Amino acid sequence: MHSKRADKHTWRKVKSGLASTVAFISALLVIAPLGLVFFHLLVNGASSVNWDFFTKLPTPVGAPGGGMVNAIVGSLELLALAATIGIPVGVLGGVYLGEYGSARVNSVLRFIADVLNGVPSITWGVVVYGLIVLRFKGFSAYAGGLALGLIMIPLIIRTTEEVVLLVPNGYREAALALGVSRWKTIVHVVMKTASKGIITGILLALARVGGETAPLLFTAFGNRFWNHSLSQPIAALPLQIFTYAISPYDDWHRQAWAGALVLVTGIFCVNVVVRILTRGRTASLV
Amino acid sequence: MATPDPTVVERAEQATEPTSTSSSEPAAPLTFQVKNLSVWYGEKRAIDDITLDITSNAVTAIIGPSGCGKSTFIRCLNRMHELVPKTRVDGTVLLQGEDLYSSDVDPAIVRRRVGMVFQKSNPFPTMTIGENVVIGLRLNGVRNQEFLNERLEKSLRMAALWDEVKDDLHKPGTSLSGGQQQRLCIARALAVQPEVLLMDEPCSALDPIATAKIEELIYELKTQYTIVTVTHNMQQAGRISDYTAFFYIGKLIEFGATTKIFTNPSERQTEDYITGRFG
Repeated sequence: MHSKRADKHTWRKVKSGLASTVAFISALLVIAPLGLVFFHLLVNGASSVNWDFFTKLPTPVGAPGGGMVNAIVGSLELLALAATIGIPVGVLGGVYLGEYGSARVNSVLRFIADVLNGVPSITWGVVVYGLIVLRFKGFSAYAGGLALGLIMIPLIIRTTEEVVLLVPNGYREAALALGVSRWKTIVHVVMKTASKGIITGILLALARVGGETAPLLFTAFGNRFWNHSLSQPIAALPLQIFTYAISPYDDWHRQAWAGALVLVTGIFCVNVVVRILTRGRTASLV
Repeated sequence: MATPDPTVVERAEQATEPTSTSSSEPAAPLTFQVKNLSVWYGEKRAIDDITLDITSNAVTAIIGPSGCGKSTFIRCLNRMHELVPKTRVDGTVLLQGEDLYSSDVDPAIVRRRVGMVFQKSNPFPTMTIGENVVIGLRLNGVRNQEFLNERLEKSLRMAALWDEVKDDLHKPGTSLSGGQQQRLCIARALAVQPEVLLMDEPCSALDPIATAKIEELIYELKTQYTIVTVTHNMQQAGRISDYTAFFYIGKLIEFGATTKIFTNPSERQTEDYITGRFG
């Protein structure tokens, strides 16, 4: 009798151990890619990340050295263009969903935003190619920025809506009961209370489009030199990495690794900032 | 002179109203005259044909079991119920003789004249104590810093909070204790200089000591304001109010001087509720 019970106990322990092991391995599989990516990038790219990389233009084929300063600056320019389109439309759209609109219209809008979030990013490139590049007969920074901005809009709409809905109704009522108008209540009370969450959503959207390559292929196009006008093709870090990685030259491969390391580090830093911003968010509501 | 004085007509009708105990009412000026007020949320009728006068510079308490329409009623006095979609109102509410529901009345103006304090204290979490008090004035366009500072101190003094927070005005409003937060909300409501203060169960989330402070404050404030308060606490209604209205399932069962309602109610239901037989 006693031994039978002990057997059962052992078997339970074995099952429990198995389950924890499987869960632990799954968790490792989640973390492993990030570690591997970083490790690989460091091994292959760290040696090529130097002062020249951040300050020099690419050299002609065959000439050693050079850097990617035009691509780094180009990426920042494209992000600025994308932000001027994506942030106002996304934030205002999210506030509309959270504060105005009937339940039926909102569920339709929410569904559309979710579908747009699932659209492959190259599609956005094709759409902007058709709308802008063909019409104005040329690749341009504007077209690239628009493609990235369009990707940001549904991302920011959804995050803004979520944090606006988290603001307790008591604050809206308190402001309205003071005779404050609806839009002032939304701007000064609701959006101010939700500001950390809104900024977090914006940063995550920027980090997401900062690494996008496909939408830039037929919009920004890439450029081996400085871009002197936003209506001309412009270099971007992911595009430059793509061009260099598929080239046959060892020197370019090393630079592609370095570019990837810089890009991933940049996105990593944005995510760290987001973590800091959202620290203790559950404690203070938003 | 063709149109009769609306106040006189109201008073005359009030006298024939069976639910009111006009004999015990002094002939005090009225702040609100509510006539045949009904409210629907969608299909559900929350308030059913309520006629009631609210006397100036007095405390009127609304009592009754949960879901009887107390909160809906006071929210009709500053049009806050309109925030709930699909709300419909029938009847008239006169504030100093003016129809609150007339089409040319801006609800924001109504709310500036009729302030409100909520059940759960709700100071704005992103603002300091000082900012919380003057935010109503600021968002209504007041820029004069001298005037704002003056209102800040005056409102906090009226809310009996000045001595406790005068050195901490830059600290977040949410750093105060529950009772202090509720008094901060009262100060915030007073800062915009309303004529009336509505209180929706202002003490229900507070401990007895904080409650006593708010009750004391209500007693002080009625010299300058008309106060309408909703309460679940019968003893509280007895202590602080001059008039009491008993609501039951959306209907006004009895309304009159608090002393009469609590010592000699005319309606059986009122007596049953006050003595704790139901509710």
